[in-house]
Amino acid sequence: MRVKFLYFLSNVRPKLQMVFGKRLSGDVYFKTFTALIACNVFAVLGLMLYKIIQESWLSIETYGLGFLWGTTWQPVPPNPSMSPSFGALPLIWGTLVTSAIALLLGVPISLGIGLALSEFAPKRFAYFVSFFVELLAAIPSVIYGLWGIFVLIPFLQHNIYPPLQAMLGFLPLFQGTIRGPSVLTGGIVLAIMILPTVSAIARDVFAAVPRSQREAVVALGATRWETSKVVMSYGRSGVIGAIILGLGRAVGETMAITMVVGNSFNMFDSLFDPGYTLASIVANEFTEASSPAVYISALMEVGLVLIALALVINALARLIIWRTTKMVAGAEAV
Amino acid sequence: MNDYMVRKIKDRIMVSLAYLALIVALIPLVSILTETMLRGAPAINLSFLTERIPPLGQPGGGIGPAIQGTLIVVGIASMIGVPIGLFSGIYLAEFRETKLASAARFLTDVSTNMPSIVIGIFGWALIVTAIGWSVIAGAFALAIMMIPIVTRTTEEAIKLVPVTIREAALALGVPRWKTTITVVLSSAKKGIATGILLSIARIAGETAPLLLTILGSRFWFGGFTEPTAGLPLAIFNFSQSPYSTIDWPRAWGASMVLIFMILGINVVVRYFTREKYG
Repeated sequence: MRVKFLYFLSNVRPKLQMVFGKRLSGDVYFKTFTALIACNVFAVLGLMLYKIIQESWLSIETYGLGFLWGTTWQPVPPNPSMSPSFGALPLIWGTLVTSAIALLLGVPISLGIGLALSEFAPKRFAYFVSFFVELLAAIPSVIYGLWGIFVLIPFLQHNIYPPLQAMLGFLPLFQGTIRGPSVLTGGIVLAIMILPTVSAIARDVFAAVPRSQREAVVALGATRWETSKVVMSYGRSGVIGAIILGLGRAVGETMAITMVVGNSFNMFDSLFDPGYTLASIVANEFTEASSPAVYISALMEVGLVLIALALVINALARLIIWRTTKMVAGAEAV
Repeated sequence: MNDYMVRKIKDRIMVSLAYLALIVALIPLVSILTETMLRGAPAINLSFLTERIPPLGQPGGGIGPAIQGTLIVVGIASMIGVPIGLFSGIYLAEFRETKLASAARFLTDVSTNMPSIVIGIFGWALIVTAIGWSVIAGAFALAIMMIPIVTRTTEEAIKLVPVTIREAALALGVPRWKTTITVVLSSAKKGIATGILLSIARIAGETAPLLLTILGSRFWFGGFTEPTAGLPLAIFNFSQSPYSTIDWPRAWGASMVLIFMILGINVVVRYFTREKYG
């Protein structure tokens, strides 16, 4: 038996070589083996899309495209003759508004950090501080949430929101009762969470801008700020890529926002109202959603919307960042 | 002259604003760390770290099963994720010109930023529907999160290996694949280890994928196909409890343990790799 097996093994290689018509070396095996493993990413993404579409099929069939602009979410209808109904518009609205707040607050700060670290600060200091900014990215989402509930919300509710409403209360966005867990709080937490991502890429993009660009404007007598404007405009597509990547993080962020956004299904019109996002409704309701079957399926379809958003946003960001770094690298070669 | 003064003042203001942005970003970091230490430290003692999780609102007990669950799930996830990520990274670095490599690199980058809840949904749809809430499902979800990170960091680490080292081995007649797994990998091992450790730190704190896969429990590990507890889930559950005096300090205590684990890995890794940049 053992001899037979060894004989079989000794024949595998010549046979494979006969099939492929050339002598196979360890290199070919190695390349094939690692290539097969590298294909995991195709398998995972493909299977992910397939399974999630399969699980949400019931909801897709029942509600069609109207799911995207429906505004009711009733797993258990008020009277038994009605059937459950689901629509995702308030979730999409909540996701968009919180992400927009995150970008409005987070991007200018991130660009400032990027400039400070790559242009203004001494190298050693910049390296030291970069470490701490990157630590922000290492803190788990659930701890941001915990901090949001017990530290940030009381602070905002007592010290920031009342004067904000007094100042900007004439805008519909800032009217109504002030609530701690709200869309605005969610946006602020997201802004903090995208800082490390956006600022790290901005810093790298600025650092990759060729020296000659800076020297040219400095030679014309530009101040530091005027020089950095040139740096920013040279690296603008990289910055746009960084911002879109930050948007991707904000849209997909789950735990922290679930804990601070208020989790209320409505088409809010004040930023002080509680809201819901695509990610947070899944995190909040999934484990309790046992029946009806269409309820789980609807939550799956919410996940599908999220995955579609994430794929588009991240692919766009990556393409832009890749193109820029290639362009910058090309410019350096010249 | 007047114009020059205006430009100079503007320059001062903008540079100060950039530094201000830096300070603004560090405030949340400092606040999170100090609040966690101040509010978490009183909760922590030996029985808190080793005893079973009590029902919400009941005094006594600890977070033992949550620590155990996190270690088990992260351990299994690493056993799945590290080899796959490692070999994918080797392929991307060694055969970087191929079409397959560019496509895989692009999709790997895209999946690095996949929302964590989506990974959870995937784990649920693929595994929980088949065998129920379980350790395996959780480990699978975390492995899916981990693979792209390990892949890309391995690739970057291998790319940093000087071509001369590779050529020296090849000139001695070592086949290319043997060069890769002996000479190149051992030159890149520091970078690869960094990537693996940072990816472990990253998945250890993930909550959303676990919520939909291991579900959470109050009990000790009871088998690979059973639900289990996890630190991030315990923090979430304690924080949602109405019993402010009993459960909220527990949430902070558990956070402190988690932060120590994660930041510990980060600080150690960055300390040992510092001369690469410094």
